Amino acid sequence: MNKTNVNHPDTLSAAITGSGGSGVVTAGQMLLKAVAAAGLFGLMTRSSGPQIRGGESAAMLRLGVKPVNNLDDKFDILLAFDWLNVTRFVDEIPLQPGSLIIRDPDAGEVPPELASDDIQVLDAPLKSLAKTIDGGRPNMIGLGILAKLLGLPEAALRQVAAEHLEKKGEKAVEATQACISLGHTQEWSELPISPLEPPHTPPVRWNISGNEASCMGAVRGGVRFVAAYPITPASEILEWLAPNLEKLGGSLLQAEDELASVNMIIGSSFGGVPSLTATSGPGLSLMMEGLGLAVTSETPLVVSNVMRGGPSTGIPTKSEQSDLNIALYGFHGDAPHLVLAATNIGDCAFTTQWAVYLSEVLQTVAIVLSDQSQGQARSIIEPPAEPKEAYQRLLAKSPEEENHYQRYALTEDCLSPMSIPGTEGCIYTADGLEHNERGTPSSMTEDHLLQLDKRRNKIDGFDYGEAWADLQGEGENCIITWGSSSGAAFEAAQRLSQAGVPTRALALRLLAPLQKQKQQNTLQGVSNAIVVEQNHGAQLYHYLNANQLLPPGTRSMAQPGPLPIRPGDVMAMMTQEADND
Amino acid sequence: MTETQTQPALKAKDYKSDIKPVWCPGSGHFAVLSALSKALAHLALKREDVAMVSGIGCSSRLPAYTEVYGFHGVHGRALAVAGGLKAARPDLTVIAAGGDGDGFSIGGNHFLHACRRNMDITYIVMDNEVYGMTKGQASPTTSPDWSASKLTPHGPGVPSFNPAAIALASGATFIARGFSGDPNKLTQMIVEGIQHKGFSFIHVFSPCTTFRPEQKGWKKQVHEYAEEVTANPVKTAQGLQADDGMGTGLIYRTELPPWQPAYDAICEPSALEKEFQV
Repeated sequence: MNKTNVNHPDTLSAAITGSGGSGVVTAGQMLLKAVAAAGLFGLMTRSSGPQIRGGESAAMLRLGVKPVNNLDDKFDILLAFDWLNVTRFVDEIPLQPGSLIIRDPDAGEVPPELASDDIQVLDAPLKSLAKTIDGGRPNMIGLGILAKLLGLPEAALRQVAAEHLEKKGEKAVEATQACISLGHTQEWSELPISPLEPPHTPPVRWNISGNEASCMGAVRGGVRFVAAYPITPASEILEWLAPNLEKLGGSLLQAEDELASVNMIIGSSFGGVPSLTATSGPGLSLMMEGLGLAVTSETPLVVSNVMRGGPSTGIPTKSEQSDLNIALYGFHGDAPHLVLAATNIGDCAFTTQWAVYLSEVLQTVAIVLSDQSQGQARSIIEPPAEPKEAYQRLLAKSPEEENHYQRYALTEDCLSPMSIPGTEGCIYTADGLEHNERGTPSSMTEDHLLQLDKRRNKIDGFDYGEAWADLQGEGENCIITWGSSSGAAFEAAQRLSQAGVPTRALALRLLAPLQKQKQQNTLQGVSNAIVVEQNHGAQLYHYLNANQLLPPGTRSMAQPGPLPIRPGDVMAMMTQEADND
Repeated sequence: MTETQTQPALKAKDYKSDIKPVWCPGSGHFAVLSALSKALAHLALKREDVAMVSGIGCSSRLPAYTEVYGFHGVHGRALAVAGGLKAARPDLTVIAAGGDGDGFSIGGNHFLHACRRNMDITYIVMDNEVYGMTKGQASPTTSPDWSASKLTPHGPGVPSFNPAAIALASGATFIARGFSGDPNKLTQMIVEGIQHKGFSFIHVFSPCTTFRPEQKGWKKQVHEYAEEVTANPVKTAQGLQADDGMGTGLIYRTELPPWQPAYDAICEPSALEKEFQV
């Protein structure tokens, strides 16, 4: 038999599918935990229909001996509990010659969309084996089989079962362990997979989702108040923060709508407490008026926007990078603010923490973009880094009596000390109306211009250091990207370079304000560039083009969701002749 | 409210700023500002420990005219800003203010939930049954046959609603009506509202003499609220139906615990990382 993962001996890709309630996600999560216990890295994204019960579900994993930031081009193994509704997933689980399907013969034949002469099929009677165990479940039999094929030790799986099902009681744990062992001891004539070799001394690692990482970044940055309205795929941020903010002396308020959410955190931030809300595209649309208020009143706040397929309700359970335009341009008036994007799951922590620091020191709005494929994916990662410098809000101290406090005073760096209620002698009224330095409403041309300049220059003039982007590789070819597409871009650049096509990849973390000089320096010597993003409108491409930041002839690779950008597709685009475009 | 004393005692004028109001001569809002500053002086609150929050409209200009911390936000969201501020800063006395359009139309949803949430916030609505700042359109409290707006030439054609009844149904724990033409009684209402632990709704008839000159006649129409004042919402609901809508005074008061998060920190963020460590 062919060894399926011969092209990428460092990683293995497996998908688990089944109808809703068949335990796909549970099996995937337990597998990922066992991967971690075995000393490896891994990534698990999930895909599901909009139904809460009775829909379809898929867990897509990629395991590696080094950190894994994106899915591979093809899957080595597909474990199917049943074939109900699997056609809705077929395009998300591309197989290749030599790929292996594990199926339950009782669930019927492999559907024609997946069947092929060069796909190997292993018959595993999941249901009938589960019936031999009191309380047995087919998904856990499947988990045992998959773990065996991937070379994960049985003991690690049993330990994971004990931890994962602790709350369900001893009986459930025993039944699950029995199923895993039964699956694990199935004998196959020849295993078609080369298992991964874990490092002898595995490094320190975390098992975390992108949404959880965003939470860690928020609380590390000092956020202690959150108001938000539930929305897929951002709700996990709220669910994690609600109990954990309390432990830090803060709190979370479930608001009546997103209009309330954003205005509530304007209130709490005005009160001196670093504040955040989390949402997705439709919620961000509802918040835009309030964000304009925060910009004008110079009230710091962070919006964590976990993108999904849009517009409107769109594809709420699946990923897309299509909120860049609203994050950049959604405001009314001239409203300078910050837009950041996390380049991988662990980076959700770094970027959110940095966004909190920047919004606080610059007294403005920071929108952090992640997406469903980061937020709801779990990954085994190296512990996320923290920004080098912890910036804080500049606070006003009680002035001499004759100097009336000026909230919006014009200063050299355009940052004026902010007074917090309770501070004697620095009373002022924050205002969404244009105002003079003291904060008194003004419709005078001069005041408007001075305050517009202030709000722009404080952001443009700030030194953002080196964190504005991630750069890997070198060469005259360049892949420019952002957000969750970065993993595929970096892998493509690496594989191209190994194949003799020197390629660098640039992933922008700070999308506004653009670091024009730094980006121009980084792109020196590039003669062939593409802009890679997961949306239909080529939003980043047009943004960079409008700012004259792309080398001549740069091409756009804009692919809407929900299919992830895969490294092989990026490589193909990069090596395509420019004039064929 | 926060019990803090200040020395020497401040007078009502010390709670007014030096900014000249944009209001038209004869507007009822002047008297509301005056009653509010008297109430703050009576309570001897430290100016820096009070925050006035508002949305958009003539009455929403109020914060800038007071010498306390203020936030003048966007249309309809005063209660949201006030709620976030109070949740994060329970030590402050938080007062929200605005008009009938701001509070009951564009901000209607926040009004329902602020009543229900029962945070310790005082909400003063200056009702003149008209959008003044946009030059005279009907609001949710405008009578159905008021046809002076070009926008509704036949009148709004839908019944006006009763803010006190909605506050009661939504769970407010202090409901009162006042009249700008009776500033002493209004001052007393505001004092009691600030002292009340929970969401206090003070509905003030405050005439717009520019777009609703007929409201000069309100001083003859308002009267003492004659129905029984109890903590029983059923009896109060019946009383509100019996009243002609112009009765002023305390309408309803009950004691329920305000919603207020207050947690002591028990760890640092680094302690929360353990959950993720493999």
